[in-house]
Amino acid sequence: MKNTIEVRGLRKSFKDTEVLKGVDFEVKRGEIFALLGSNGAGKTTVVRILTTLLQSDGGTAAVNGFDVASKPDQVRQTISLTGQFAAVDEILTGRENLIMIAKLRYLKNSRQVADDMLQRFGLTEAADRRVSTYSGGMRRRLDIALSLVGKPQIIFLDEPTTGLDPEARIEVWKIVKELADGGTTVLLTTQYLEEAEQLADRIAILHEGRIIASGTLQELKKMFPTTKVEYVEKQLSLEEIFLAIVGKKEAI
Amino acid sequence: METEIVKKHFFIDISVMLGRSMRHIMRSMDTIITVTITPIAMMLLFVYVLGGAIETGTDSYVNYLLPGILLMAIASGISYTAFRLFTDVQKGIFERFQTMPISRSALLWGHVLTSLVSNAISVLVIILVALLMGFRSSAGILPWLAVAGILALFTLSLTWVAAIAGLTAKTVDGASAFSYPLIFLPFISSAFVPTDSMPTAVRVFAENQPVTSIVETIRALLSGQPVGNDIWIALAWCVGIMLVAYVFAMRAYKKRV
Repeated sequence: MKNTIEVRGLRKSFKDTEVLKGVDFEVKRGEIFALLGSNGAGKTTVVRILTTLLQSDGGTAAVNGFDVASKPDQVRQTISLTGQFAAVDEILTGRENLIMIAKLRYLKNSRQVADDMLQRFGLTEAADRRVSTYSGGMRRRLDIALSLVGKPQIIFLDEPTTGLDPEARIEVWKIVKELADGGTTVLLTTQYLEEAEQLADRIAILHEGRIIASGTLQELKKMFPTTKVEYVEKQLSLEEIFLAIVGKKEAI
Repeated sequence: METEIVKKHFFIDISVMLGRSMRHIMRSMDTIITVTITPIAMMLLFVYVLGGAIETGTDSYVNYLLPGILLMAIASGISYTAFRLFTDVQKGIFERFQTMPISRSALLWGHVLTSLVSNAISVLVIILVALLMGFRSSAGILPWLAVAGILALFTLSLTWVAAIAGLTAKTVDGASAFSYPLIFLPFISSAFVPTDSMPTAVRVFAENQPVTSIVETIRALLSGQPVGNDIWIALAWCVGIMLVAYVFAMRAYKKRV
């Protein structure tokens, strides 16, 4: 299978702090790849380099076969970024945001594209309200919708569920799964282990500037010494209880 | 080849950016009040309250005052350009644009174009109000075109100054604070009163700062008087400020993208 993203020996320092000390990983076409790490591990730095926002100090990174440093225009043709902070225009309405991005992608039927996206992301009712009145979950949905305008082949999601309530988080998970089912390659970063476990086909753990482990969940599990069998009474987590009460039973 | 595509769409890109920031302006009461209503209020105040006591040596004070009011309106208008540029660069939307296959400088040029268009609109509204207040001009089409050209050049040069502020400021206040001295410059010029009445030190400053030569040029053009050297001094100021500011603004922008 062909690699859509290839990262080799990627290094980056900010002033005296070495954030990335030689990062290697690859993402296969059509998979959901999770970059897992704690705050400050350098996940966002990796995403910023791959999306042409930042120059690396060393190593190589290629997206869709194009080097991000020397062919940024070609890279931008195939990617879309949903950053940590919602990249939406708060003064415009949801519909205007979508039409604006559709025009910037030079789509002919920008109104139709906007209508379809609003429908798909359950924003039709709020379409003509300014985004500043949207809830966090709606904003995130619009943010992802904007990233999907023009059907880019590769989507970068930088901590897509940080700051969202559990219901909104599950909605985002659903969207990400649908994307991958539709053949889009997804690279997402997260600090939530559960999120990586739920979504990712493969996971890489970024720690202190290096990938310390990567593989499928099964492979990662095998890397650790034989599983100890313990008998623990199954307790519902607070999240499960919350979701059960508010009626989102599909999560359990 | 891909770069060619990007270049071909440059005008689409900046027109989308223009549409976006014009919407921002139309939805911001604060902007409309500051850039249009405040200059009109100043004009009413000066003509109907203070004007009676001001000796300008002309029969119509509103004719005398209008050029200075227009420059004040533009100076406050461009502070909003700095503000909008600052907010864009700070927010996620800027990163979204930068990761899209659109022209790298579309966002910046979109703001520059918005500044020209929005200031032109507020200048037009102020002139219409001045007409209602008794402003009359004997100027023909060519002098009016010259006035429009000088105002556009003045807007453009201050817009690039605003771009530096918007791109390098650390806080929102810093981004727009630089324009306060610009708004006050017309007061220490021949915009409101002839410079003869000022103490020597103030007069020397007033007569040699850019606003006076621009005001004098526009006033002469509108009243059908010869413009003399003022027009060249005014043009030199505008072009000089614009070129220097453009270089620094572009450098600041390159650092951002």
